[in-house]
Amino acid sequence: MIDIPLTHILILGAILFSLGILAVITKRHAIVVLMGIELIFNAATLNLVAFNRYQPDIMGGQVFTLFVMVIAAAETAVALALVLKVYQYFKTVNLDQVRQPSED
Amino acid sequence: MVYTRNVLYAAFGLLVTLLALAAIFVLLFADFVALTQLMVYVGGVLVLILFGIMLSNRVADQAIQSESVNFFSGSLAAGMLFSWLLYFILTAEDVLKLPAPELANGSVAAKSSITAIGIRLITNFALPFEVTSFILLIALMGAAYISTPEKHD
Repeated sequence: MIDIPLTHILILGAILFSLGILAVITKRHAIVVLMGIELIFNAATLNLVAFNRYQPDIMGGQVFTLFVMVIAAAETAVALALVLKVYQYFKTVNLDQVRQPSED
Repeated sequence: MVYTRNVLYAAFGLLVTLLALAAIFVLLFADFVALTQLMVYVGGVLVLILFGIMLSNRVADQAIQSESVNFFSGSLAAGMLFSWLLYFILTAEDVLKLPAPELANGSVAAKSSITAIGIRLITNFALPFEVTSFILLIALMGAAYISTPEKHD
């Protein structure tokens, strides 16, 4: 019988969350920062699903996991549209080089 | 995914991570969530990210790089955050030892969770469901408006 302890799942969620934070902090490519945010979302959904096992009749964890996925998809769509606009305007997606260009 | 410099390699690392998470969802008896993870993330979000990578780089250039800045302090902050979370998880272990729900007798929960999720989605969680649909509509309109080329007149 597969019975994964809750602690293991929570530790995996903590690892994913920390790696997502690390990607958001250290990377300077806008799309990689978006990927880090996706990792953070996935850590949250992993915890929701893990805790959902202890309330199987209410299903709140799984339903909210679906909501989180919808929000993540919408956020990714809007953020990628913004990234493409920034790329058209600044010709780069490096977050350190995105500044207001001089008027010349 | 975090330690590579190539953006495409990072995207493929994210793909593997999402697939592994779908497998873990199956192990946690969340079959519908695993299916949605496969469809939405692997099928939708990752393809969108790959499109973004392809469209936002001069393709003829060298390999698409993403250098790391502040790697030491960033690793330090993330490591401190992780150890903090680990401390709380491990100290709360007696709290987290909840009784396993009706699965302890060796029987596998053969019941699919789709029916329960559907019923809960339109009864208990009807208001968040509607708000989510509204947010999706707004995001669709916003993304379409942002990515429309502005008209010069």
